[in-house]
Amino acid sequence: MSVLVYTESHQGNFKKAALEAASYGKAVAEAMGTTLTAVTFKANDASKLKEYGVDKVLNIESINDFNAIIYADAIKQAAEKENTTVVILSASADSKYIAPLLAINLNAGYVSNVVTTPSSLNPFTVKHTAFTNKAFCNTEISTTIKIVGVSNNSFGLVEKTASAQMEVFSPILAESSTIVTSIDKANDKVTIADAEVVVSAGRGLKGPENWGMIEELAEVLGAATACSKPVSDLGWRPHSEHVGQTGKPVATNLYIAIGISGAIQHLAGINASKIKVVINTDAEAPFFKAADYGIVGDAFEVVPKLIEKLKVFKAKNA
Amino acid sequence: MKILVCISHVPDTTSKINFTDENSKFESNGVQFVINPNDEFGLTRAMWFKEKQNASIDVISVGGPETEPTLRKALAIGADTAIRVNASTPDGLSVATHLADVAKKGSYNLIIAGRESIDYNGGMVPGMLAAMLNANFVTNCISLEIEGTSVTAIREIDGGKETLSTILPLVIGGQKGLVEESDLRIPNMRGIMMARKKPLKVVEPESDNSATSSVSFEKPAPRGAVKLVEANNIDELISLLHNEAKVI
Ligand SMILES: Cc1cc2nc3c(=O)[nH]c(=O)nc-3n(C[C@H](O)[C@H](O)[C@H](O)COP(=O)(O)OP(=O)(O)OC[C@H]3O[C@@H](n4cnc5c(N)ncnc54)[C@H](O)[C@@H]3O)c2cc1C
Ligand SMILES: Nc1ncnc2c1ncn2[C@@H]1O[C@H](COP(=O)(O)O)[C@@H](O)[C@H]1O
Repeated sequence: MSVLVYTESHQGNFKKAALEAASYGKAVAEAMGTTLTAVTFKANDASKLKEYGVDKVLNIESINDFNAIIYADAIKQAAEKENTTVVILSASADSKYIAPLLAINLNAGYVSNVVTTPSSLNPFTVKHTAFTNKAFCNTEISTTIKIVGVSNNSFGLVEKTASAQMEVFSPILAESSTIVTSIDKANDKVTIADAEVVVSAGRGLKGPENWGMIEELAEVLGAATACSKPVSDLGWRPHSEHVGQTGKPVATNLYIAIGISGAIQHLAGINASKIKVVINTDAEAPFFKAADYGIVGDAFEVVPKLIEKLKVFKAKNA
Repeated sequence: MKILVCISHVPDTTSKINFTDENSKFESNGVQFVINPNDEFGLTRAMWFKEKQNASIDVISVGGPETEPTLRKALAIGADTAIRVNASTPDGLSVATHLADVAKKGSYNLIIAGRESIDYNGGMVPGMLAAMLNANFVTNCISLEIEGTSVTAIREIDGGKETLSTILPLVIGGQKGLVEESDLRIPNMRGIMMARKKPLKVVEPESDNSATSSVSFEKPAPRGAVKLVEANNIDELISLLHNEAKVI
């Protein structure tokens, strides 16, 4: 018996979501009285995993590019080798791609968007978001092997020292007819999925030429930028920034909404964020009912001031 | 090319969500249901393949008779045939199992599902279905081109996108980008009239399989009132975020 976590890495470095999944996995392993094994691909320096409770690391070196079908097959073999009963994955795009394939490979029950550790191990019961954050659902998994997809920023990073014994693992893998031909990704930008802070703006900004201050605010905060749906529909910002019920989900520590009215479809997608700040000229905007802090004011006056003051604050608290 | 479009019948995005029977069941009374938005993008892309590449389109939904108006709407938009698998759907695995039974018999080249449904948001049905059928699989799919059996697809990844080349048979989890919002079709009178004559087949489930069950629902805790800060007092906001909320 063991708990297995898939710790995703990018160019050898572990993603924050992977370390959070490991923290979660450790908590489950402790509750079950067992150990935590991480499976990684080409992560040659696993020392970081020692800080998050990983007892053993299976590093797979024999795979080049990401391919969900092959990764799911490899993780299945790692789970079998470790006699795993619980597999943990993060909510990254790649992990969500792999998880349902893995569920069929392992005959395992899978629950995604999980926000807490199991409330009971027998029956194995987890709580997850449903109806795009309008509700939570408690779900029991009845299969021998369980797969849990942990929501971003729901459990947090919990440091626990462990040995993270590294072992090279070489699963036997088939060829795939799916090949990645190109990747188009800004490496220097914080992504919505990884961000702890998201700065988001809506139609109140009037036009794409006014996004300079949004980007600057995001930079000061080390945040990712996002937008409401009409903004991406109008082509002011790329579709990949559209957040909400029909866009990307946001579950950050801090979500700053500027010139966004707070329509139900927008709120549904960002509600899982811990602290929400709204800046809007209209005191009656529905967003004020969903926010923790608010400023009734003109974005064109408030945001530049906020940037200045934050720069001073950051310089002092660096 | 034979296309199967999976249609999930979900509460309209403006719906207030409530539960009954001691919070064990979703209250569907008074809720308006629609085609899952991600599936609507997929269906519209399928229409392009039908019109430009002579594809045929079957739409399928797993569920009770209440899903039929949603399937009729898909027929009115332009699908050729609708299939309803008359089964309850305790979880994503059960849905995928029923879809796979129909898909195997129909020998479809392309199966279009949505990245996720906006009700249970499992994001699991398309991947499970692909694994059951041993088909290729691309999720978060924002562009799809097919020539013969070769496929070029673009997938959204964290912070960017990735172009993939693969071959049919293929299952995708589609989303906005597959077509633009402005390309979505509202059924017209003619489409609605034609849809009445198109076949809507009801099939009984062949096998059953499920792995999880929802035991209870909860609504998020009501939140406290917003704390308002004066527009000329930004320092206070920064102090609240730092000292009280501890997020900066
Ligand atoms: C099926 C469906 C799905 C949808 N999915 C989504 C989704 O996923 N995400 C999403 O965001 N929306 C979604 N929507 C759209 C949603 O209903 C709203 O229309 C949208 O969120 C509004 O965007 P907005 O707040 O930017 O614009 P508006 O509603 O136009 O609001 C602009 C706000 O800016 C304020 N403002 C104006 N000037 C200033 C200024 N100088 N300074 C500060 N504030 C100012 C105004 O007071 C107003 O509150 C969906 C709609 C439907 C029907
Ligand atoms: N009951 C259903 N009938 C048909 N297709 C479904 C059903 N449930 C989910 N799907 C398909 O699977 C996609 C993802 O759903 P989910 O895994 O529930 O998030 C949806 O967008 C649909 O295309």
